[in-house]
Amino acid sequence: MSTLLEVKNLATQFHTEGGIVKAVDGISFHIDEQEIVGLVGESGCGKSVSQLSVMQLIASPGKIVGGEVIFEGQNLLQYEPNGPEMRSIRGAKIAMIFQEPMTSLNPVLTIGRQLTETLELHLKMDKESARKRAIELLGMVGIPDAENRIDDYPHQFSGGMRQRVMIAMGISCNPKILIADEPTTALDVTTQAQLLELMKDMVERFHASLIIVTHNLGVVARYAKRIYIMYAGRIVESGSTKDIFANPRHPYTVGLLKCIPRLDEEKGRKLVPIEGLPPNLINMRPTCAFYPRCAEGSERCSKEPWPPLTHIGNQHYVGCFLNDKEKKSELST
Amino acid sequence: MSSQLNETILDVRDLKMYFPVTRGLLRRKVADVKAVDGVTFKLKKGETLGLVGESGCGKTTVGRCIIRLYQPTDGQILFEGEDITNLPEEKIRNIRRKVALIFQDPYSSLDPRQSAGNIVGEPLKIHSLVKSPSEYREKVEELFRKVGLDPSMKDRFPHEFSGGQRQRIGVARALASEPSLIICDEPISALDVSIQAQIINLLEELQEGFKGLSYLFIAHDLSVVRHISNRVAVMYLGRIVEITDSNILYSNPLHPYTKALLSAVPIADPFVEEKRERIILRGEVPSPLNPPPGCSFHPRCFKAIPECSQVIPPLKEVNTGHEVACINL
Repeated sequence: MSTLLEVKNLATQFHTEGGIVKAVDGISFHIDEQEIVGLVGESGCGKSVSQLSVMQLIASPGKIVGGEVIFEGQNLLQYEPNGPEMRSIRGAKIAMIFQEPMTSLNPVLTIGRQLTETLELHLKMDKESARKRAIELLGMVGIPDAENRIDDYPHQFSGGMRQRVMIAMGISCNPKILIADEPTTALDVTTQAQLLELMKDMVERFHASLIIVTHNLGVVARYAKRIYIMYAGRIVESGSTKDIFANPRHPYTVGLLKCIPRLDEEKGRKLVPIEGLPPNLINMRPTCAFYPRCAEGSERCSKEPWPPLTHIGNQHYVGCFLNDKEKKSELST
Repeated sequence: MSSQLNETILDVRDLKMYFPVTRGLLRRKVADVKAVDGVTFKLKKGETLGLVGESGCGKTTVGRCIIRLYQPTDGQILFEGEDITNLPEEKIRNIRRKVALIFQDPYSSLDPRQSAGNIVGEPLKIHSLVKSPSEYREKVEELFRKVGLDPSMKDRFPHEFSGGQRQRIGVARALASEPSLIICDEPISALDVSIQAQIINLLEELQEGFKGLSYLFIAHDLSVVRHISNRVAVMYLGRIVEITDSNILYSNPLHPYTKALLSAVPIADPFVEEKRERIILRGEVPSPLNPPPGCSFHPRCFKAIPECSQVIPPLKEVNTGHEVACINL
């Protein structure tokens, strides 16, 4: 499979009164055609900002300060955020589904208007065929009685239904890439399962790729083929989902896996929390941000700059000094 | 001790909580939202009962009825053998000393204008549990230490704490009056994954420390509920559909809703996920204002038969200690 989107050294900063927040601090990732990739991290780790940067949807005081976003041979960051090139890509070739379906739909426009707007703009459809297509799309994402509900307003839909509308909008122009930013976090368990299944079916049907941004390790274990683990604006580990779960190599990944209770284990295991708190991203030191919480940290971690991602196996990369050659023996114990 | 542990601390019988829906100038009642519609369960001393269900199923309302934040429409609540359902307001205070509540949102449940020490110490004053200012100070500091907070932080205000620390303050406040039952209403769902484990461990350690402390643990996260609970009750639209020992519930769920709910939760293990069977339910949870007739789950149920829309299935014991409300069993 060929690479569809390649992000290199992307950096996004927010200039606040308190100092510079390096929300995304030089991350690189890629997604292949028809691939499902997971981007995992806790709140504030920069996972959403990284995706918004790809779409150039960063508002002031935020600024993309470096890196490249290569899509179809072009660096998207060379385009003006509101220029015609970017607008022809946003929503058409790369679409995004946001976390909060309530706030991301316009409350004063009907569902139909919001769907046809994209179709008319990007696919140059006339009013009538756009409406027909919108009804078709609503039916596809499982909204019963779509012919009538198309004229309803967002508040007349339940949370799950709204997110279905968002999915319909996302796929409406046959995008190459669908970015789902915490798509199901605000929803109930059974609705969550329905929507994730729906999204998977839709990207398969439209031969699109899917980036799932989430804090839920279960969701990526179920759906993603590869995952990226983010911490404090950086990717600390990446690899195939199976490699990462079977053989996590970054202490943060190991910690995450140990601190969540699992549905398939009996009561009794003591959870191992990650001590301390996620760091404040204002004026961060250039050393490993996980070091203060790390059980395996050494003096080197507090002195040397953040360890770069090193290749440790088939598609498996990790950014930790523990994985240096001379330390390999220690890790295996 | 063992005899004491078998004691029932809380006995909820056929609890109903209907909220009236009013309309018009005269606020005439036009309908009821049956938030809780006949819930029965017992909680033993030292036990943790998990109450799970999706939003709107009435799990929070059950918790609020027990502490009498709501006056139940019908049914009985027995706490330590005493019927507290219709206890007058002035006597309720006594109950609220023994039953504490930990709230979901550590941001809105702490008064932003009171210092952490005041928040934690307030129950001590209200229930006159301390005799002197020095005893008060000692008590507050002890509570801080118990929940893993540095007592020197007691003069700080809530906004100076992180989410996890705030929830620790909430736990300390709940512990202040030395309750025998703590109702934990989604205590960790607002926290980050790495912080959730800290609070879960804290709750477990406290239970080990105070023998006989019971929890009613209300949550929608089934993995967490399984981890912390001895028994679990699954609610759907105001009723309990299945209640049993937590290991049995997860290894042998009998109600179709429980099965679907469990299969909807992804397990953080791609090797397990590959082999798991997934039940994807149709539709969404109906409105409690207008629940379907008969078993309220039948429109979404993959095992429904015509009779399901006619009879409301009672909770019946299928195996020892395993009760299920489904006519197919």
